[in-house]
Amino acid sequence: MAKVKPRVKVPKTADAGEIIEIKTLISHPMHSGRAVDGDGNLVPRQIIHSFRASFNGKLVMSVDLKPSVSANPFFTFPFKATASGTFDFIWIEDGGKEYTKSKKISIG
Amino acid sequence: MHWLGAAGFSAMVSKIALAGTDEAAARINEITGGAEGDDALIILDLPEIAENGNAVKVAFDIDSPMTEENYVKAVHILADGNPEPEVATFNFSPAMGACYATTRMRLSKTQKVYVVAAFSDGSYGSASATVKVTIGGCGG
Repeated sequence: MAKVKPRVKVPKTADAGEIIEIKTLISHPMHSGRAVDGDGNLVPRQIIHSFRASFNGKLVMSVDLKPSVSANPFFTFPFKATASGTFDFIWIEDGGKEYTKSKKISIG
Repeated sequence: MHWLGAAGFSAMVSKIALAGTDEAAARINEITGGAEGDDALIILDLPEIAENGNAVKVAFDIDSPMTEENYVKAVHILADGNPEPEVATFNFSPAMGACYATTRMRLSKTQKVYVVAAFSDGSYGSASATVKVTIGGCGG
């Protein structure tokens, strides 16, 4: 399988109270369990089934993904910046393997 | 809304929609417990025609103050013509300050896409739109 690589875009700075936009992408084939390979064999299901975004240890949002989410799952969502700190992003694959990424933001 | 693409097709619906196939309707009923929809404003941004069903952009924007007292707890995306109607469920918190999100989904054929929002006061809202799919995106 191609290398699974998470990417995140978060502004480095923001004003207090500003609503920023976070963009996340993880390169992943999201094998739905319904497609066949070149030899006609069913490719077993292997997807990212869960995504979580936290700020300073507190959960901001999460997503439960089904096989209908496209390959290379991509999300954008807002966050109200009130304090400097660290975002932690985690993607969980079928079988329990976790991929993580962190980003810092400073206010002011 | 700044993120709504000019080429996008927006639909504004406020009632729980129960048309669609039995399976999607049943799943929506399960989520809402059969509750009547609220008049919350949900803007659903979907292409009218998707040439490639492997990656169809879906975006929604829900009018909510996103405070501890009044926020959107979850948003379910369902597609009534896919092998499994559920696409993704977003779980939100007031820390977001606004309620919108974007992702990309697979659509196996022309079908109706539903967004069902669960509010913190126990009410629900939904929006739906039909996407015409030229090349399906669920198999080989």
